[in-house]
Amino acid sequence: MSKRIMTVDDSSSVRQMVGFTLKDAGYEVLEAVDGKDALTKLSGTVDMIITDLNMPNMDGIELIRQVRSLPDYKFIPIVMLTTESQADKKQAGKDAGATGWIVKPFKPEQLLAVVKKVVR
Amino acid sequence: MSREEQMQQAKKAYYEEASELLGDLEDALLELETNPDDHELVNRVFRSMHTIKGSGAMFGFDDIAMFTHELETVFDLVRNDELRITPELLDLTLKSRDLILEMLRQDGCASASCQAESERIVTALRGFLSGKDSPSSDDGQTGAQGKDAPDPKDTDASEGMTTVFRIRFKPDARIFLTGTNPLALLDELAELGTCKIVARTEAIPPLGQMDPVSCYTWWDMILVTARDKEAIHDVFIFVEDDCQLTIQEVEMVHPEDVASVGKRLGEILVERGDVRAEDLREVLKQQRPLGELLTRAGLVTPQGVEAALTEQEVVREARSPRPEHKEAVTSIRVEAAKLDKLGDLVGELVIVQARLTQLVTQRHDPALISLAEELERLSDELRDNTLGIRMLPIGSTFNKFLRLVRDLSKELGKEIELVTQGGETELDKNVIEKLNDPLVHLLRNSIDHGVELPEARQAKGKQPKGRILLSAEHASGEVLIKIVDDGAGIDPAKVRAKALERGLVGSDAALSDEEILQLVFLPGFSTAEQVSNISGRGVGMDVVKRGIDALRGTIKLESQLGKGTSVSIKLPLTLAIIDGLQVEVAKEQFVIPLSAVEECVELDRFGSNFGENGAMLNLRGEAVPFIRLRNWFDQDGQLPDIEQVVIVSIQEQRIGLAVDKVIGQHQTVIKSLGRVYRELEGISGATINGDGTMALILDVQALVSAAVQNAVHDRTTNETGSTHRSVKENRYGI
Repeated sequence: MSKRIMTVDDSSSVRQMVGFTLKDAGYEVLEAVDGKDALTKLSGTVDMIITDLNMPNMDGIELIRQVRSLPDYKFIPIVMLTTESQADKKQAGKDAGATGWIVKPFKPEQLLAVVKKVVR
Repeated sequence: MSREEQMQQAKKAYYEEASELLGDLEDALLELETNPDDHELVNRVFRSMHTIKGSGAMFGFDDIAMFTHELETVFDLVRNDELRITPELLDLTLKSRDLILEMLRQDGCASASCQAESERIVTALRGFLSGKDSPSSDDGQTGAQGKDAPDPKDTDASEGMTTVFRIRFKPDARIFLTGTNPLALLDELAELGTCKIVARTEAIPPLGQMDPVSCYTWWDMILVTARDKEAIHDVFIFVEDDCQLTIQEVEMVHPEDVASVGKRLGEILVERGDVRAEDLREVLKQQRPLGELLTRAGLVTPQGVEAALTEQEVVREARSPRPEHKEAVTSIRVEAAKLDKLGDLVGELVIVQARLTQLVTQRHDPALISLAEELERLSDELRDNTLGIRMLPIGSTFNKFLRLVRDLSKELGKEIELVTQGGETELDKNVIEKLNDPLVHLLRNSIDHGVELPEARQAKGKQPKGRILLSAEHASGEVLIKIVDDGAGIDPAKVRAKALERGLVGSDAALSDEEILQLVFLPGFSTAEQVSNISGRGVGMDVVKRGIDALRGTIKLESQLGKGTSVSIKLPLTLAIIDGLQVEVAKEQFVIPLSAVEECVELDRFGSNFGENGAMLNLRGEAVPFIRLRNWFDQDGQLPDIEQVVIVSIQEQRIGLAVDKVIGQHQTVIKSLGRVYRELEGISGATINGDGTMALILDVQALVSAAVQNAVHDRTTNETGSTHRSVKENRYGI
C-alpha cells in the first residue's frame, strides 16, 4: 500500500513541487495550506507530515506541538522545511518534536532521500 | 505529465504566487511607513520575503533568491529590534520590491540594467548592516544556491577499501516522541555495508516500572563498509544532537603483528619440556573464557561481552585474506529432483519437529523445552534456506516475452513496447514454470484485444506506440504480478451482453462494473468480436484463472474503457509450506492458510452479532456471509454455544468460516491428497499434525467463490432482490 504523506505549506509552488515529487515516487499526497488546515485535514492513516515553519494562522512549530498531543499521531514522523538562516527555528522545531528537517532550497532527490529515511 | 512539464507548472505557480506576495509586500511596507513600530507588519514583510526567497531558489530563480536574501537579512535585524525602520530603509525596500518584480518578469535571469540596479541596492542594504556593526553578513552562504552537496558516492573512500567501524547508538529515551523509529536507522546503517548489531537491553526496567513510550534499548554495531565516517553520521543526522553516538574506526591489526608478539606461554612451556602437552590441555580446559569471568564478577553484562565478541569476529573476517578462487565456486548446478527431495525431507523434519514441540510442552521439563526450541529455530532456518535455494528471479521469464511481444505486434501491425519491472523478484522455480502459460495468454490478450492500431490510438489522442507494463513485486509475503496495458480497455456493457448471451448471468442481475469484469473468468467466455489466430480461440480467461488457482494465487481484472486494462495476479512465494491457522470442527482439525485470514471473531448464538437468518454475520455493522464448516463437511454433533468465526478474504471478498475452536498458528507442510481425492471441493491438501494425526487444508478460494457465486446466483434469481441472502440454505444447511 502506498504511504500517505501530508505536505503543509502556504506557498502553493512549494506544495506543488513537493506534491509532484512525492506522487512521482509513488506516495499518496495530502495537502494543507497552514497548521490549522493541516489539523482539520489530519485523519485516517497518515505516514508522515512535511511542514513549512513560517505560515500564517498556525505556524509549523505550533502544528508539530499540536500533532504530538494527538494520541493517534503522537509518533508520526514530522519533517520541517527550514532555511539555513533559521537555526533557532530548527531547534524550536526539534524541541516541539520534529523528526527531522529539510533545508530549503532542496532538490527533489534530497526530499525523497529524507522521506525514504523517515518512512520505511 | 512529464517531470519538466510539472516543473514548468510549479514555476508558473511560483510566478503567480510571487507576484501576489510582492503586492502584499508593497501594502505592508506602505503601512509600515505610518506605523513603523507595528511588529505584526514587520513579520508580514519578513514572511513574504522569506517565501519569495525560499521558493525562488527551488524553481531556478537564483538571482531573485540571492537578492531577496540580502533584503531578508536586513529585516531579520528589524524583526529582532536590532535595527529601526527609517524612511530611507523603507524607500530602499520598496525599490527592491520593484526590482524583484522586474526580475520575475524577465523570467529570473536579470538583464544587465537589472543587475546594475541590484548591485546598487545590495551595497546600500549592506550599508544598513555595517551601520549595525555586523560586517556584510554571510557571503559564503547566501542560502540561495543550495550548494550542490558532493555526491556521497563520489567521496567514497577509494574503491574496494573497507573500514571497520565500531558504533554505539544510545538514543534519547524520548526518541519515539519525535516520530523517530530507531530500528529504521539501524536498517539504514545496515545498507551501508555488512553490519552486525547487538541490542543492549540491560537498561530495560521491570514491566511494572516501564514507561511504554520510552526507549530503553541501545545498540552496539560493527559495520564493515566502503563508505566513510560522514556517511554514518548522515544516517543519524536527525538524532545526533539528542543521542549518545560514538563512531570509532577499529584499528586493523595485521596477522603478522600478532605473530610478532611471539608464542604463547603454554607453547613455550611444552617446547622446553617443562609440561606435557596433554597436561596443558587438561589445565586449559579448566580455564574459563574471559567474558564469562568478567560477567560472573559483575563487571560486564553478557550483552557487552557479546558485542565485543561480535567485533572480534567481524574484524577477524575482514582482515583474513580473501580466497582468490572464490569466484570460481559461487554457484553450482544441481539437478532439480535433488532439490525436490531436499524440500521433502525438510518438510518431514518440520513435521517431526512440530510433534516434538507438542510432546515437550506436555512434559514441563525446561531442559527439553529449550532443546526443542533450539531445534525449532534450526529447522525454521533450514526450511527458509532450502526454500531460498528454489527461488529464482522472474526476470528471465520476463525477458522471453520481449520477443513474443515484438513478433505478435508486428504481425498485427501494431506498435507495442513491453516494459518490465521487478525482474529481480524471486519466486519458487515451480511457480515460475507454471506461470509461463497464463502470462503468455494475458500478454496475447493485451496485444490482440487491448492495444489498438496506431491510427486508432492517434485518433483517440494517444501515443501511436502502445505500452504494456509487466511488473513483479513482493507484497506482504506474496508476489504481485501485474500486466497493465494502455489500450482500449474492456467495455462492461459488452461483457455483460456476452455473459447474458451465454447464459452466465440472469438478465436482471444487479452487478457492479467491477463484478461484471470478473465474469470473463467464467468458463466459455470470449469477447473478441472476431476470432483471430492469436487469442480468442475459445480458450479464454477461464484457463488463465485455473492456472493461477492451481498455484493458489488470485487474479483480478480492472479496466477503464478507452484507457487500458490491468490484470493483477497474487501468488504465494512457495508451493510447499504455508503458514496455517489450525482450527477444530467436530473434533476434526483443519488448516486455513494464514495469508487469507483477516481476523477471528466470536459468534455467540445469542449475541448481537448473530444475523437474523443465520447466514450473515454482523461484523462491526457490516454484513458478512459465513459458512459453517460443520455443515459443509456434513459433521454431526452438538454446536458449541460460542463458535469462533475465522474471517477470510480473497480478492476483497470477505466471508466467515464458523468453526468450533481456533487452535493456533502452525507451519504447515502441504501434502497432496492423491489422485482419488483431488477433485474434492473446498479441500486443497492435507498436512500431518504435531501429534501424528492428519488435518485437511481448506481451499479458501473455492469456499469463498462458492459462497459468493451463490450470493450472485441468489441475487440474480431471487425476484424479491434480497441482497443479504448470500448463502444458500440447503447447501450450507444454515
